[in-house]
Amino acid sequence: MPLLEVKDLKVRVEEREILHGLTLTVNEGEVHAIMGPNGSGKSTLSHVIAGKPGYEVTDGQILFRGEDLLEMSPDERAAKGVFLAFQYPVEIPGVATMTFLRTALNAQRKARGESEYSTPDFLKKVREVSKSLNIPQDMLKRGVNVGFSGGEKKRNEVLQMALFEPSLCILDEMDSGLDIDALRIAADGVNALRSPKRAMVVITHYQRLLNYIVPDVVHVMSKGRVVKSGGKDLALELEASGYAQFEDAA
Amino acid sequence: MNVALAKTGSGRAVSDLFASAEGLLPGSPAIKAARRQAFETYERLGLPHRRIEEWKYTDLRALVGEVLPLAASPDAGALSKAADAVKAHAIAGARKLVLVDGVFAADLSDVKAIAAEASVKTLRETLEKDAGDILTTSSTDAVISLNAALATDGVVLEIADGAQLSAPIQIIHVATAASASAYSRSRVRIGKGARATFIESFVAAGAKAYQVNDAVIVEIGDNADVAHIRLMDDAPDAVNITSQFVTVGADTKLNFFNMTTGGAVSRLQGFIKLAGEGSELSINGVNLLKKTEHGDLTLVVDHAVPNCTSREIFRAVIDDRAHSVFQGRIIVRPDAQKTDGKMMTRALLLSDEAEADNKPELEIFADDVSCGHGATAGALDDTLLFYLRARGLPEKDAQALLIQAFVGEAIEQIADDDLREHVVGMAERWLERRS
Repeated sequence: MPLLEVKDLKVRVEEREILHGLTLTVNEGEVHAIMGPNGSGKSTLSHVIAGKPGYEVTDGQILFRGEDLLEMSPDERAAKGVFLAFQYPVEIPGVATMTFLRTALNAQRKARGESEYSTPDFLKKVREVSKSLNIPQDMLKRGVNVGFSGGEKKRNEVLQMALFEPSLCILDEMDSGLDIDALRIAADGVNALRSPKRAMVVITHYQRLLNYIVPDVVHVMSKGRVVKSGGKDLALELEASGYAQFEDAA
Repeated sequence: MNVALAKTGSGRAVSDLFASAEGLLPGSPAIKAARRQAFETYERLGLPHRRIEEWKYTDLRALVGEVLPLAASPDAGALSKAADAVKAHAIAGARKLVLVDGVFAADLSDVKAIAAEASVKTLRETLEKDAGDILTTSSTDAVISLNAALATDGVVLEIADGAQLSAPIQIIHVATAASASAYSRSRVRIGKGARATFIESFVAAGAKAYQVNDAVIVEIGDNADVAHIRLMDDAPDAVNITSQFVTVGADTKLNFFNMTTGGAVSRLQGFIKLAGEGSELSINGVNLLKKTEHGDLTLVVDHAVPNCTSREIFRAVIDDRAHSVFQGRIIVRPDAQKTDGKMMTRALLLSDEAEADNKPELEIFADDVSCGHGATAGALDDTLLFYLRARGLPEKDAQALLIQAFVGEAIEQIADDDLREHVVGMAERWLERRS
């Protein structure tokens, strides 16, 4: 059974249809890249999979291990193993990062009927992962993302990914706002999480990110549909020729 | 105000009430005369209503209607119920002074331990021995006059110059009598160079639909360091109107915090005068209101002298059809140059029917000052909620985390770790009751 199946998905935002029948299948262990020009519906797809309010699904299905994801609340999806790394991670003043990480992790475990993490195990794990991501301990005491640089915010997303151990990671424009060094650290963190049991969907406008996170499959989106799929070479092709040809095709 | 209005409804009931209570109230003939005069002021004004500017958002005629009969002196049964409530609400490490239905309960109080470091008397004995200046305040507000007329008991605490209290003092007001009212008045004097933490808690021991009218006079000398925490955790159908008169000397630090987590109608009106130069005032408040509760924090900070700072942070969380009021006035007198006074009030509306009224006022008569205020009202941020839910937090948990962060900005001003944790715990219990 595929991990994620998006079937003929049609989505509206305020009377305007953004996705016009999108189909996508992702299996365990695969890394898929979704590329496309601005406004092609890439971020909408990621939001609908994660359950962000404000989108109306008018047709189609999203199945996660065969279960209807659209029937689940965002927190239920997270507990099932869906993780969205935000393009713009929000700042939450007054909620210490450490408190947030522990509350979220334990909420997911509780929803799955697992026992809560013991404090020493939790701290050990956070220290380990934050060290590999070059996240200083004092950052974890600050409010969630408060005063973090763009790179720090993205690394905090990867830190959560490592802690929550989701089976599907959707990375929404992870490269936006990052310089090359920051991008490399974040991408190394993501690559360390690649596993035969985990799939990733990397959404990006630019091919650059895919030099660091090398995909198994590349999809091109245009005007709310997947218009072409291929191997990693498709990304290079796009880099050379641009998106214009697909906009015509769609 | 015309007399005819005051005579309607509540006016007449309370006249009978005073007539029957007068003989039982403590005080010399001079004090009895002062009480009668205060009562006449009340009779003339009646319960405050929306056409009285200070009470515009808290119309007691509409919200309360009538003044309930005075609670009887607590009997053994009441004291035993109160003892359980005291146990539940006592702050670890604090020394207690307990008032049950407005009457001092020596057996429930730690008089001996407190007396080692401070002088403690009851209002009753003070009124029977001393002159009645304790009943006199500069205000002619109707509820304050009613308090002066009917104040039954209270605590009179004197902390000597230089005294460093080794433990906080907690004044616990316990209500055991249903459908009755309690009038208490207390005075706390803190001497020069003294250091003290005092806490006031208002709790119910099973009582329903009671009314509290409390007045507190706080006089703080120079070079003192004072923390004052007030926790209003009354029964859901109770009324609590408290008036506070605070005078602060020079080079003194006063950190005041108020939290309201219960009560059908509550109002704390604080009149704080900075009377000595170089003092720092930090006033912080949290209202946690649900159902049809009405909570009002009205503060007048009077910068009477130069070179003082005042900071006010107020947070209201309002659910269902509840109504929160914040009125903050900063007065800067003509001589009070270099005053630095700021207040910030924010309301979080958790329902479409919740209501917040924020009324900041600056009255500045000096020309070299830095004063400012800000007020916001809004709902929880959907973007933040979605982020938390996408990380696995169920809706109520995500809301609770954001609400805690919201009120945390005021609560974190409490310097003492244990007290702060206690207050955080109260806020958490309110959030649990909500979900």
